[in-house]
Amino acid sequence: MWILRLNMSDRTYRLDAVPEAYKYLGGRGLTSTIVHDEVPPLCHPLGPNNKLVFAPGIVTGTAAPTSARISAGGKSPLTGGIKESNAGSSFAPALARMGIKAIVVEGQPKEKGKYWMAHVTWDAGAGKPKVEFLPADEYAGKGLYEVFPKLYERFGQKASIAGCGVAGEYGFAGAGLVFNDLAKRPSRYSGRGGLGAVMGSKGLKFIVADDTGAPGVTILDKALFDQGRAKLTDALREHAITKPKGALNTYGTAVLINILNEAGGLPTRNFSSGRFEGAAKIAGEAVFEGNKQRLGKELYNHACSPGCIIQCSNTWYKPDGTEHVSCQEYESIWAFGANCGIDSLDDTGELIRLCNDYGLDTIEMGGTIAVAMEAGLAKFGDGKRAIELMHEIGKGTPLGRILGNGAATTGKVFGVVRVPHVKGQNMPAYEPRAVKGIGITYATSTMGADHTAGYTIAPEILSVGGKADPLSPEGKAALSRAFQATTAFIDSTGHCLFIAFAILDIASGFEGMMEECNGVLGTNWKSEDAAKIGAEILKKERAFNEAAGIGKEADRVPEFMKYEPLPPHNQVFDVPDSALDSVYGEL
Amino acid sequence: MNAMRVRVKLYATLGKHVAGMAPGIPFEVELPDGATVADLVKRLNLPQEEVKVAFVNGRARPMDWRLQADDEVGIFPPVGGG
Repeated sequence: MWILRLNMSDRTYRLDAVPEAYKYLGGRGLTSTIVHDEVPPLCHPLGPNNKLVFAPGIVTGTAAPTSARISAGGKSPLTGGIKESNAGSSFAPALARMGIKAIVVEGQPKEKGKYWMAHVTWDAGAGKPKVEFLPADEYAGKGLYEVFPKLYERFGQKASIAGCGVAGEYGFAGAGLVFNDLAKRPSRYSGRGGLGAVMGSKGLKFIVADDTGAPGVTILDKALFDQGRAKLTDALREHAITKPKGALNTYGTAVLINILNEAGGLPTRNFSSGRFEGAAKIAGEAVFEGNKQRLGKELYNHACSPGCIIQCSNTWYKPDGTEHVSCQEYESIWAFGANCGIDSLDDTGELIRLCNDYGLDTIEMGGTIAVAMEAGLAKFGDGKRAIELMHEIGKGTPLGRILGNGAATTGKVFGVVRVPHVKGQNMPAYEPRAVKGIGITYATSTMGADHTAGYTIAPEILSVGGKADPLSPEGKAALSRAFQATTAFIDSTGHCLFIAFAILDIASGFEGMMEECNGVLGTNWKSEDAAKIGAEILKKERAFNEAAGIGKEADRVPEFMKYEPLPPHNQVFDVPDSALDSVYGEL
Repeated sequence: MNAMRVRVKLYATLGKHVAGMAPGIPFEVELPDGATVADLVKRLNLPQEEVKVAFVNGRARPMDWRLQADDEVGIFPPVGGG
């Protein structure tokens, strides 16, 4: 196996043997370790010394279910700290099957405004991957829905693609990394933290990977691996949330809109209420019913990436039955819907499509439009004006450049006090004042406000993995810490975090995940090792942030959440600072 | 025994158990005074194994929680996402 280094200063590449210390790492564990070991914490995120790292997970590329996650890492232009953001895409197994444990993009071209792409294929004669650098200027400045079909025509249907859109070319802190889905759409994103801008800053538009002829992933103990894979598969097929025609497969992730609304924790109109009167119109149930009406039949969801058996990705159709966009996720619908006071799935669908086309993070952009609405640039609920603002971002107008850099920047420019961010990253779709544990995760995560980093929503709202009162701060620091550590491990396996719904309730599923890893790596990890290994990853991320000047003083929610009570429960964020400090203080 | 009315919303797959129900659209149910969440679930003929969480006025409550007149009740099957 190799670490593939792409040097963008002179467009050369190198295949390095995997250092002993990286042998058992994958996914987030590997990207964060490489960023920790190689990126100067005080470097400019868009300068020559930052690096962009891609890594498939430990079991990615095998037959392990729902395991095609690609982890991306670097120093974030949005937070100034370390960033790991992962996505489901065939790009991940394509790298894994070529024996590429990580791609490290480094350096920077001297020429400004010129773009290249790297074509990574398997060299059967040499028995290793090879890379060809090609000019990519013809694809710059264009929408990704126009460019992806051209890339597939040129490189063939087996290609997998990682890239950045115009937002990445502009250097926006809201720019995501795009990956292809199974229908070859530019729809799967490592959205958060501006890594698309890091890619753009290196003059790299696309990495096109084709694993044809590659040998596949080495599995040291096949019997153990198969045993683990079977246990995990059984758990996913059995659990009500992850099973076929279960909640995720039927209604998609947006099935959460109604339950968060009911709990008073659905952030509405830029975090000024926890309830949205239009929630039912933008919920997963409405997506399902809307498609049924427009298509004349029931439509269940599809896999975003090869080998996923949960299959939660939806496609939204126009009134005439033609495709509008994939995918209307919970976070994306919420960001442009409830958070902007918009109750039309056609409007949220168009706003999501524009993010996919321009190469933007839907969460950050929804949060930004909401802050812009608070500033008076549009009225809450005005979907048409929100779409116009998105076009400003895509065109790179002066206003668009402010918005493209995210909610915190926009709030500062327009003098808005109510900006719901931590470390510069806008909060996702759960209200910290109504769900205290997730607020602790937002405040303390190494990533800035990030729900996936420690998803305490499972016990606080969904009654998965135990039960906890969402309004109470009691015991939540420990809960968030445990979730953050376990998550860092799951993010390293290559599995989608959604397996957690099943394996938090079904212990044999958790064992199965560990046995899969042991089968691939030859390790002897037990279930209780997951949180320990995860904690080591978090410590590296934390050390990077501290060296970048982001210490515990940054582990706080914005001040307004401490003095503005949130309807309907009229709660403020009452978690003491000492509890926040204990999350990493006692890690 | 006196009766009381509560407002009920059923979500996701639970909607199909009550004719003419759309997810999230409230309807009124009459129950005897002192009825619990479990009594409501039984009245609506919801399969107990499909009921995961019940909210009463925005707070998740156990099955033996006593309802009051005019309570808003939201009932969910197992759901997840992110």
